[in-house]
Amino acid sequence: MPLDTITSKPKLKLAIYWGAACGGCCVSVLDTHEKLLDIVAAADPVFWPIAMDIKYKDVEDMPDQSIDLTLFNGAVRNSENKRMAQVLRKKSKILVAYGACAYMGGIPGLANFFTKEEIFRRAYEESESTLNPEKIRPVPEYEVPEGKLEIPVFFNDVLPLNKVVDVDYYIPGCPPQSERLIEVFTAIVTGAALPPKGSVVGALEKTNCDECKRKKTDNKKVKKFYRLWEIQDDKETCFLEQGVICMGPATRGGCGVRCVEGNSPCRGCYGPPAACSDPGAKMMSAIGTMIDADKPEEIDEIIESIVDPAGLFYRFSLPGSILGRKLS
Amino acid sequence: MNFRPTIVAFLCNWCAYTGADLAGTSRLKYAPNIRIIRIMCSGRIDPTFVLKAFQQGADGVLICGCHPGDCHYQEGNYKCLRRFKLLQKYIAQMGIEKERLQLEWISASEGKQFSELVNNMTKTMLTLGPSKIKSSLEVEYIK
Repeated sequence: MPLDTITSKPKLKLAIYWGAACGGCCVSVLDTHEKLLDIVAAADPVFWPIAMDIKYKDVEDMPDQSIDLTLFNGAVRNSENKRMAQVLRKKSKILVAYGACAYMGGIPGLANFFTKEEIFRRAYEESESTLNPEKIRPVPEYEVPEGKLEIPVFFNDVLPLNKVVDVDYYIPGCPPQSERLIEVFTAIVTGAALPPKGSVVGALEKTNCDECKRKKTDNKKVKKFYRLWEIQDDKETCFLEQGVICMGPATRGGCGVRCVEGNSPCRGCYGPPAACSDPGAKMMSAIGTMIDADKPEEIDEIIESIVDPAGLFYRFSLPGSILGRKLS
Repeated sequence: MNFRPTIVAFLCNWCAYTGADLAGTSRLKYAPNIRIIRIMCSGRIDPTFVLKAFQQGADGVLICGCHPGDCHYQEGNYKCLRRFKLLQKYIAQMGIEKERLQLEWISASEGKQFSELVNNMTKTMLTLGPSKIKSSLEVEYIK
């Protein structure tokens, strides 16, 4: 049933919220273009900070379970994100972790390579554009003559949404493809049978390689890994076979392989495929079979050409991965 | 402090596990800190296994396979070696001491070498102290 034929049903209540996010996920909702009109025909946005003026208190005053669908994008980085995650969990029937950050931590999750202290030192003391001789740091509470000022507490870790509240579904992507959002939204609006709780929706079960149209052979042997700018891409052979690390084998399909279609290797924003919890581990496994050397010194030399395996393999998934963060 | 390290060991069925078995049947004494998981080939070791072991509190992870050229499946141990090297680079980036993950080749006749290996690795873990990986995942402001 197309969205625009639904007129008799009572309108759903929709909330869209951002935690530690860049705003791209909210824009991906707007990227549905004219279909957005169908979305608002079927659902009333009741809370959407990027598009509407509404205060947190108004959300807190809503009855529990009164929001039908909440798309929570962005990771949980501070106490404000956490509080809103808890409020929205209480107020929503379906809570969706929308986008790579809410799903596995995303790009903000790369901050888990550092501690809060390291981040603050860099941001408030060491960065080239900072002039702060008194080394003033933000404090969560500050007394002024007029009363107490409060700002959110910055956590030591970036957390995916499911480490803070119960999550019903995950829609991966950085940002999720708008077409996938419409599919999921249509399913909810039309009352189609929903998948089991905890499912990743709006994406495929298999990897991006299954979807990729580049020429692939079984003979993946690599003597040296290259960064994209170091080679001339022939625009038709599998990136891995050319020695460029492409996250395709460890990444869920569903995006339409848009990066590879644009002649750029997959960066892994859709997270690991079904039945795999840690994309980086899968990638190490895959690359291990491709390295064309048996002697330890030769292997070392080839691995040397992978400059930053942790950052590369966990670009969108560090907080949601098995180890979660760098030890301090 | 009474720290008893836990070492999770993945031993391949054909050489390393048989070697460990020989250590047992030869009544060689070695540190009781090892928890052995038998697998068919060291090439079966998915990096996920190693990371999960660390996540669940292992202080060290030991991988043992057949000597190069001796793999029952031709080249499983070479695949293991490459994955091991990648894992070493990765865990170093994650702030985990490289010594916590070790790879050794043990043949079916090397019971003595196996017992010495376990003793040495246990000693190394005692000097390194308990792994902080599990506690780092228990963030106090969760839920």
